[in-house]
Amino acid sequence: MLIIGEKLSIIAKRVREAMNKRDKGPIQEIAKAQFEAGAGMIDANIGPAEGIEDLMEWMVTTIQEVVPAPICLDTTNYDALEKGLKVHNNEWGKPLINSTSNDPERFPILELAAKYNCDVIGLTVGKGGLPADAEERSAIAAEIMARAMEYGLPVENIYLDPLVLQIATTQDQAIKVIHTIKMFQELNDPPMKTVVGLSNISNGCPKPIRPILNNHFLALLMYEGLTAAIADAHEIITTAKTVDAIMNKTLYAHSYLEM
Amino acid sequence: MAFTPPKETYTGKVYPVTIGSGDKAVTFGGENVLPFHSFEGSTPNRPVIAYEIMDVPPTDWPDKVKEPYAAVSDDPVKWAKFCEQDLKAKAIALRLYGTHPDSGNKSADDAVKVVKDVLAAISVPLIIIGSNHAEKDTDVLVKVSEAAKGNTCVIGKAQEANYKTIAASAMANGHMLIAMSELDINLSKQLNIMITQLGFTKEKIIIDPMCSALGYGLEYTYTVMERIRLTALTLNDATMQQPMLGDVGMYVWKIKEVTASEDILPEWGALTERGVAWEAQTAASLLLSGAELLIMRHPEAVRAVDAFIDELV
Repeated sequence: MLIIGEKLSIIAKRVREAMNKRDKGPIQEIAKAQFEAGAGMIDANIGPAEGIEDLMEWMVTTIQEVVPAPICLDTTNYDALEKGLKVHNNEWGKPLINSTSNDPERFPILELAAKYNCDVIGLTVGKGGLPADAEERSAIAAEIMARAMEYGLPVENIYLDPLVLQIATTQDQAIKVIHTIKMFQELNDPPMKTVVGLSNISNGCPKPIRPILNNHFLALLMYEGLTAAIADAHEIITTAKTVDAIMNKTLYAHSYLEM
Repeated sequence: MAFTPPKETYTGKVYPVTIGSGDKAVTFGGENVLPFHSFEGSTPNRPVIAYEIMDVPPTDWPDKVKEPYAAVSDDPVKWAKFCEQDLKAKAIALRLYGTHPDSGNKSADDAVKVVKDVLAAISVPLIIIGSNHAEKDTDVLVKVSEAAKGNTCVIGKAQEANYKTIAASAMANGHMLIAMSELDINLSKQLNIMITQLGFTKEKIIIDPMCSALGYGLEYTYTVMERIRLTALTLNDATMQQPMLGDVGMYVWKIKEVTASEDILPEWGALTERGVAWEAQTAASLLLSGAELLIMRHPEAVRAVDAFIDELV
């Protein structure tokens, strides 16, 4: 399973300060730590980045200077995305855009993904607000897929995201998200790739129980075929590797956790 | 409509391994497809067959396989030269059988002398194999590994009980290493991981999943090898992408089919043909399951397997 290291977010004070000052040190340190802990891709979340479109370009080069991995470009800012894609080193893999949705304002992102032949996360929400269940999420997914093909982006480049909600406020959604992961894969052959923002499940929960919720939720999602998770690699690597071994996705050896 | 055969695509690749030096060096492995599937990808190197010789005259080999070496098997140097010059061996595997505590218990220094003399007499690559006594091999293989420095040999076999010292000396002296586990794909992977964790280069390991003769568990070896190869190619598992060894001769030339006389079992046909056929069949099967390096005994069996390879490459 692909772990997209999530620690580089503008929401975190230390990261925000480093971004503002263009201080490479903390950014590279966090990116390296995620990579070494098992992340196969690094999420660079710069928020809306209005007026600072160069930030994504700086993030991509700063991270890839020290980590041989592709970047998940996490912003709604079209110009910032394009600047980031232009400098992305594809030697380590295709970049991933986080994200588009069924909102017409986000359609240009599909066009951008087609232009740079990169992957894109399709968040299954639309103008109508939060999806109610697996069926509604799949319906939105189908619309995003159709839209992608219109823009010349193969559906193989899409990671469908069912939108994980907080267990503390919308408890009934957790099982619906698990069902959705299974359903998403039936929308296409070969199966659609899927991704979640894992830690959303435990948002607002007491700190000590957050990793417990995240890891158990991850195991259930992986059983249903989840492809990727945006998460802290340190926190979930044991679960990710163990479930991969149990599901016969990797060959077991006694030291599989060290690999 | 013309038939187009379906093609698999694989994500992984087997590491190529080069042994020996100069223009007699040989390379095996390197393919990114299942054995002989050249129509699907790249198979840059031919499998290699090494002739087995021993440091002591073979006492427990059946007559049929002793015969071709009757004039030379009293001396490993003569034996090695005979294999290279008369049999056109591409590689030679020297088994230090005489160092086993139960079969002579020769010292590591004796083994060093044999290895040096053989190396001086031949120009083809040398594979040096201990007596498979885990404890004694640590002493013997460490010393011969040092004595063979600069010749890029293959040293073996490292197993769970002794891999640390043997791998360390192979690493220090620039040799390849045979990692042997006992017919278990997961243990084979584990041993590879442990050896690389010592700092040993993973591209210098040769996997020996342990061999067995046709009729004596060959299908088990076959499936382990096949699964190792599939893991390397389809899961792109870097810990299982080394070439594999089939140590054929020693497992074949002790079974009933190559020793039982025609008087007792006339329906099995001529004993003179049986052994050769058995060794060739076993070897050919292992090539199909993924072996790139074979250690064999009878020249006629080697010729048969060589012809088989010619047909398939």
